[in-house]
Amino acid sequence: MEKRAIFGGQTLPYLLLAPQLIVTVLFFYWPASQAVWQSFLIQDAFGTSTEFVWFENYQSLFANREYYNAMGTTALFSILVAGFSLSIALLLAVMADRQMRGAMSYRTLLIWPYAVAPAVAGVLWLFMFQPSLGMVSRGLRGMGVDWNPLLKGGHAMTLVVMAAVWKQISYNFLFFLAGLAAIPRSVIEAAAIDGARPWRRFWTIIFPLLSPTTFFLLVVNITYVFFETFGIIDAVTGGGPAKATETMVYKVFSDGRLGGDLGGSAAQSVVLLLIVIALTAIQFRYIERKVTY
Amino acid sequence: MVENSRFGDILAYVILTLGVLVLAFPVYLAFVASTWDPATIVNGQLPLRPGPYFLQNYYRVLFEGTGSSTRQPVSVMMLNSLVMALMIAIGKIAISILSAYAIVYYRFPFRQSAFWIIFVTLMLPVEVRIYPTYKVVADLGLLDTYAGLSLPLIASATGTLLFRQFFMTIPDELLEASKIDGAGPFKFFVDTVLPLSITTIAALFVIQFIYGWNQYLWPLLITTKDNMQTIVIGIKKMIVTQDALTEWQLAMATAVLALLPPVAVVVLMQRLFVRGLVETEK
Repeated sequence: MEKRAIFGGQTLPYLLLAPQLIVTVLFFYWPASQAVWQSFLIQDAFGTSTEFVWFENYQSLFANREYYNAMGTTALFSILVAGFSLSIALLLAVMADRQMRGAMSYRTLLIWPYAVAPAVAGVLWLFMFQPSLGMVSRGLRGMGVDWNPLLKGGHAMTLVVMAAVWKQISYNFLFFLAGLAAIPRSVIEAAAIDGARPWRRFWTIIFPLLSPTTFFLLVVNITYVFFETFGIIDAVTGGGPAKATETMVYKVFSDGRLGGDLGGSAAQSVVLLLIVIALTAIQFRYIERKVTY
Repeated sequence: MVENSRFGDILAYVILTLGVLVLAFPVYLAFVASTWDPATIVNGQLPLRPGPYFLQNYYRVLFEGTGSSTRQPVSVMMLNSLVMALMIAIGKIAISILSAYAIVYYRFPFRQSAFWIIFVTLMLPVEVRIYPTYKVVADLGLLDTYAGLSLPLIASATGTLLFRQFFMTIPDELLEASKIDGAGPFKFFVDTVLPLSITTIAALFVIQFIYGWNQYLWPLLITTKDNMQTIVIGIKKMIVTQDALTEWQLAMATAVLALLPPVAVVVLMQRLFVRGLVETEK
């Protein structure tokens, strides 16, 4: 789409674009190309000399069992967070979509956790589940569960998943609510006249019509788990115990920390970059298809 | 008409109320913990009602700071977070409204390339280029500065796309009329485009403010001085792995202070928040 009415002039548009282009080149393109370049280099232990090694960093990355562990952790984390937060949010949205008194106040009361920083969300959940003084862990101990996220990988994973889901529900809830509002009332009424009960109406009409929203949210939730949950993991477990909660982004951070393995860290960044680009491409393809329908 | 079952209504109320309570419980518990003394918390006997230490605890975190790990009072951290969030929100709005204006209202060589250069940054978060970005900022001498905290997070396309999309909906007739009245690009921008864009700007502001306030990895890397710390970083440093050392009542007070501003923004500006969220995620 293009405008018909425009201004003439050749210099002004460049001046208007300059601030954004400068910031983008300086803080986006330059570092991103550095990451790619660095991923082909190996630095010696003292940081005095670097050597160009082609794909050696990538080879050692994909030969490393730890990297597959981080991939597996990320995949498991994504599935759990997306699965739980999407289904809980859908349930709440379907309930809030009913025409009843107070529906708007419920919306307000359900969306605010979006605004809580991931790291703060992590700290809140850590406090409840802190092994010695946490309120919930005391209850768990009362039931005979030996709860200790500081020592047990499974428990640590459960804790970060709960914090991440808690924070993500509001976002999914809002988008599901918008998706539900876009479904024509008449379709649902027609099904009701045909004698379909609410449960059946949900599965045969509402759920299929919501699938674009669900797909969009799935991609966004995966990106959320990849990047934004860094704060939760760092605040709650620090990737531990024994790397049980180390996601791919966390590994980029911890491998490169204090100038450690910069080449390996950069190679991991590039892999992440490719994953995000793939996700974006899928998203766009899908949106385009939706438009032509 | 869809049937109006009483049972369905009651079920909906029960489920929604349950959802509200589960979502609110962690924050309520943090608030309760922030109003008790350390002994009550460490014993693991925290009651479910607020205690008598509210003023004392909040005064201490805000103006004196905690003992061991973070030497700065939380009010300093909150100020840092506020400046960072405002710079990100305002900076992003400023640069992206200008670039969108150029892209929509001008034809010039490399216009498409400029658009794509900006557009590509859309979904690539700072985390995928974290150490090289750190190096650029260090080389520019921007470590421990507000500019270093905010500039790299401004480099993304969401704002430009949003404004471009909105400008496309402004009728051409408005520009033609202004031109007849003798208005130049500057006057048209100030008198027509800016007033029409107010809600878009406000919606973007709300979203970017929350985004900036809640940043974690970036400030963690580039702030080394205690007095440049943001509150989200500060709270993490208060949690010590050996539980005996953590002053939980102060950490929880800080958590409440850290989540209050963005939550207030969402609740008070709900319409703008929802709009900003829905429109920037496309």
